[in-house]
Amino acid sequence: MADAVHIPDEAETRARWGAFEWTAENAEQAKKVIARYPAGRQQSAVMPLLDLAQRQVGAETQTNGWLPVPVMEYIGRQLDMPYMRVYEVATFYTMYNLAPVGRYHVQVCGTTPCMLRGSDDVFAACKNKGLVKGGTTPDGLFTLTEVECLGACANAPMVQINDDNFEDLTYDSTVAILETLAAGGQPKIGPQIDRQTSAPEGGPTTLKDMVSDNHDYRGDWA
Amino acid sequence: MTDAPAAPAPFVGPLADKDRIFTNVHGFQDWGIDAAMKRGDWDNTKKLMEMGQDAIIDTIKASNLRGRGGAGFPTGMKWSFMPKESKDGRPSFLVINADESEPGSCKDREIIRHDPHKLIEGALIAGFAMRARAAYIYIRGEFIYEAKVLFAAVEQAYEKGFIGKNACGSGYDFDVFVHRGAGAYICGEETAQIESIEGKKGQPRLKPPFPAGAGLYGCPTTVNNVESIAVSPTILRRGAAWFNGFGRENNRGTKLFQISGHVNRPCVVEESMSIPFRELIDRHCGGIRGGWDNLLAVIPGGSSVPLVPAKEIMDAPMDFDGLRALGSGLGTAAVIVMDKSTDIVRAISRLSYFYKHESCGQCTPCREGTGWMWRVMERLRTGDADQSEIDMLFNVTKQVEGHTICALGDAAAWPIQGLIRHFRPEIERRINENKGSAPVMEAAE
Repeated sequence: MADAVHIPDEAETRARWGAFEWTAENAEQAKKVIARYPAGRQQSAVMPLLDLAQRQVGAETQTNGWLPVPVMEYIGRQLDMPYMRVYEVATFYTMYNLAPVGRYHVQVCGTTPCMLRGSDDVFAACKNKGLVKGGTTPDGLFTLTEVECLGACANAPMVQINDDNFEDLTYDSTVAILETLAAGGQPKIGPQIDRQTSAPEGGPTTLKDMVSDNHDYRGDWA
Repeated sequence: MTDAPAAPAPFVGPLADKDRIFTNVHGFQDWGIDAAMKRGDWDNTKKLMEMGQDAIIDTIKASNLRGRGGAGFPTGMKWSFMPKESKDGRPSFLVINADESEPGSCKDREIIRHDPHKLIEGALIAGFAMRARAAYIYIRGEFIYEAKVLFAAVEQAYEKGFIGKNACGSGYDFDVFVHRGAGAYICGEETAQIESIEGKKGQPRLKPPFPAGAGLYGCPTTVNNVESIAVSPTILRRGAAWFNGFGRENNRGTKLFQISGHVNRPCVVEESMSIPFRELIDRHCGGIRGGWDNLLAVIPGGSSVPLVPAKEIMDAPMDFDGLRALGSGLGTAAVIVMDKSTDIVRAISRLSYFYKHESCGQCTPCREGTGWMWRVMERLRTGDADQSEIDMLFNVTKQVEGHTICALGDAAAWPIQGLIRHFRPEIERRINENKGSAPVMEAAE
């Protein structure tokens, strides 16, 4: 666990987050989430509630959010599960941040399909914009993490920044995205080249009727 | 004595547009329910259900659909393992595996964000056929946009009365719930996925009991891949014979191929099973970067299967049996292409790092072995090793393989075995070139 994050000081964290409660809107959402699972199986809701809490913490701190220990305890009480069981889940899954992150969580995929298409260039672009793997920039804007395959391999290389995917990257387009974000703008989401989602660049080789029209192929069924 | 008539040559592509199941795979059109219905989804689903549970399962069996999640287990047979009646009042569940995390795989994402109603309709059909009370769709956490689409699509299906009480007017009650993961490859393993839905760490369970006996919440459960479920309504509508018209014997149907790496135009495309590799690449991806002579090797089924050298795969049929004959596998049909510019040892070493990162830590051979294998792979990458370590690494992969609860240990071992089998001279060359400096014989912890 050499690459494990440093969990922030507990006393300080308790002072800041000890009184954590859902916002009215999230309290409603939490109820809806719990209702998805059979009665008595409310523990199933722990993952969605941790995600919801991380988002609320993010909104309150103007960052991408993290999970202070008192927040995990709050969820444990709501779901009537021992705090340790919540902590186990929060530490097992990589999307729960155990320490604060920046405004933008830049998650660059470095697994082989992205590596083959140039994720080294994406990392180089991040580095040259001052981002350091595993750290947050001094202005609190960017946290850089190398993540494992994010499932957009036909659009490699890619990065997920907060909730958005940016795909088919080059060194230059990565720099442009980071600069746009730093300037408070919204870069174009999805492929950064002339391409419709995962169709081949330059236009699809199949289903061309679908491009301009919601074609119904059933008329052609024999 | 008369000669038996020769079986007709199997159809191996190219697929006609009318025979594609996922007509909105590239998302040119709206994913919403009205647009999906115009494309043929939710078209008199009640009639399909009126076939009856056994007839549905028999049709899926007759279609020879093999599970699309990697293992290729016959889908109809899997459904038939579910109890026909509950003797003790326990409900049954369908769990749909959308935890697509295998490096190279990106097909379930396209289904969910562009054709989600095929999946939801399939969930109802499959759930009804196996007498399940509800489906849980487990979507990987990083698919944030895709999960938003899926939640909204499920909502639409409820509003139309297609799922929920008296689904599609069939008299059958069936719920569909979406459960988001949070970043753990291992949750693609069916029992780990069940643990995760129950709100625990995603660590695989020992089998038996198998999920069909005691799965989610201790109830009979079947876990199916997204693609297996999403193709089933179309199979029922067009018939088992139609689906059998594609691909070679034992490898029937259509399949979403996901081509990444060093092709001119990577893409996701639905094609006939058994399509020759060369045709798949030339037709849809504009060929290999730098031409066919520049092809080095291919990982044909996602990171867990061994690589295949260029000359062996060029004209191989892309199906379960064809790739198994090459010592590899179709897996999820995630085709990772590598040209001659590839540092092949690094490419595989990076996969070793992936498995080290994703090992759940439950079984010692995997928890310790994946890290050990990665560290040795990194030294082989730079040549900072002794020749004898190649065989030692191979032996260790054999000790990890088959000695863990789930297949992650195997998945970590196979890519390395494939590398040593096919690229041993390259590893030896690096070691020899590095011989100027004495090899560092450090203990691997």
